[in-house]
Amino acid sequence: MTDSVAGISGMIIEKLLANPKVPRDIDGNSKIVEDLAFDSLAVMNFVMEIEDELDVSVPLDKLADIRTINDLAACLHTLKVAHA
Amino acid sequence: MTDIFAKHAGLREAYEGLTAASPRNPFEVVIERPISASVGIIEGRETLLFGTNNYLGLSQSKKAIEAAVETAETMGVGTTGSRIANGTFGLHRKLEAKLAEFFRRKHCMVFSTGYQANLGTISALVNKDDVLLLDADSHASIYDGAKLSGAQVIRFRHNDPVDLEKRLARLKDHPGAKLIVAEGIYSMTGNVAPLDKFVDIKTRHGAYLMADEAHSFGVLGDHGRGVAEMQGCEDGIDFVVGTFSKSLGTVGGYCVTDHDGVDLMRLCSRPYMFTASLPPEIIAATMAALEDMQERPELRIKLQDNAARLHAGLQKVGLKTGEHVSPVVAVTLETVDQAVGFWNALLENGVYVNLSLPPATPDNRPLLRCSVMAAHSPEEIDRAVAVFGEVARHFGL
Repeated sequence: MTDSVAGISGMIIEKLLANPKVPRDIDGNSKIVEDLAFDSLAVMNFVMEIEDELDVSVPLDKLADIRTINDLAACLHTLKVAHA
Repeated sequence: MTDIFAKHAGLREAYEGLTAASPRNPFEVVIERPISASVGIIEGRETLLFGTNNYLGLSQSKKAIEAAVETAETMGVGTTGSRIANGTFGLHRKLEAKLAEFFRRKHCMVFSTGYQANLGTISALVNKDDVLLLDADSHASIYDGAKLSGAQVIRFRHNDPVDLEKRLARLKDHPGAKLIVAEGIYSMTGNVAPLDKFVDIKTRHGAYLMADEAHSFGVLGDHGRGVAEMQGCEDGIDFVVGTFSKSLGTVGGYCVTDHDGVDLMRLCSRPYMFTASLPPEIIAATMAALEDMQERPELRIKLQDNAARLHAGLQKVGLKTGEHVSPVVAVTLETVDQAVGFWNALLENGVYVNLSLPPATPDNRPLLRCSVMAAHSPEEIDRAVAVFGEVARHFGL
């Protein structure tokens, strides 16, 4: 499930929906800050949870370029492939 | 023309929402003047100060005041220059030697503020080829130093050695230097770091360890050298950073180490080089306060007793505090509105504490952050606890 960008994106959405405050209609194109109302700290803390799931670490500078859930999934996929 | 302030729209909305709901602006509290270390005049009233970080009360040290006055009279009030140009007086060197001796280290660099000590140390030690591993709850100065350095930044879970080790293991093939940064006492919660466990991990993984003892210097350890001394792991800490603006009651920061390479930091640490050095009277006061602290170990014992008294008192009136007994005692509340109301009521009843709001706090919860002093009397602590209890009852907590 986490071998592809789409798979990682699906896993992220599933984790996000576990939080009742997150809007129900999110998809891969949802913007993390604007659509999910996450502040910078919430983004960093959420990424920490995903890191454990995939056994990768995301350097903070990589987060600066991430806007959507799919962007995050692509970043995690690249790191996972490089780490494998 | 693009509005240069448009980016602050979200901040403005949050700020206006907060200040509209508060009888006074929590960011514009004025201590008209301190009467003593523990009492100041706020809004014309004598107010108990429980949020000043002045742990040993040395901002009012007679010895430090006399040293500052005498030095200002003989040397003037400023250096007007950078440490690497005209801003190093004999006094700066003397303070560095004294601090190195106090910490039993070979080298010491003094910076103009504690903020700059973190910025200047981190940014000089690592660059884009290296990796920084930061405790997730690190102070802003550590995050800013990380940004200035250009190093890759990886956060590990707060005070969690297992999580740190997991992240270091993922970096086993990374060719760059790895620097772990942790604080001794965390400024918002009072949590104490397991530095001894971090030392064990850094040794096994070939990393360096820097400890920011800003809130633990002068406070913990038999001699006041901080958490590393208390936990018996000083030899394993590569760099200790801290500030004079808490336990020593003045302003400025330092980095001490046994690594000889630190000498070149004076020529590549931008926050050290491109700012004016500390004025001579501040250096003299800091040295006097350091002597005062060494000569009066009873201050640390009193501080611990006071910390325990406040911590237990707040718990007894039913408030939620952190588990560690340290001079930072934070009461956690659930909502910002609740915290703002509580904070205002405390001030109106003569107790000043820090109102700390997310995202500067962990777990997105607001804190009423208290800092205890050796200078507080038991009666002052009991009075503050009683006011906390009355306000909590008023708010139905």
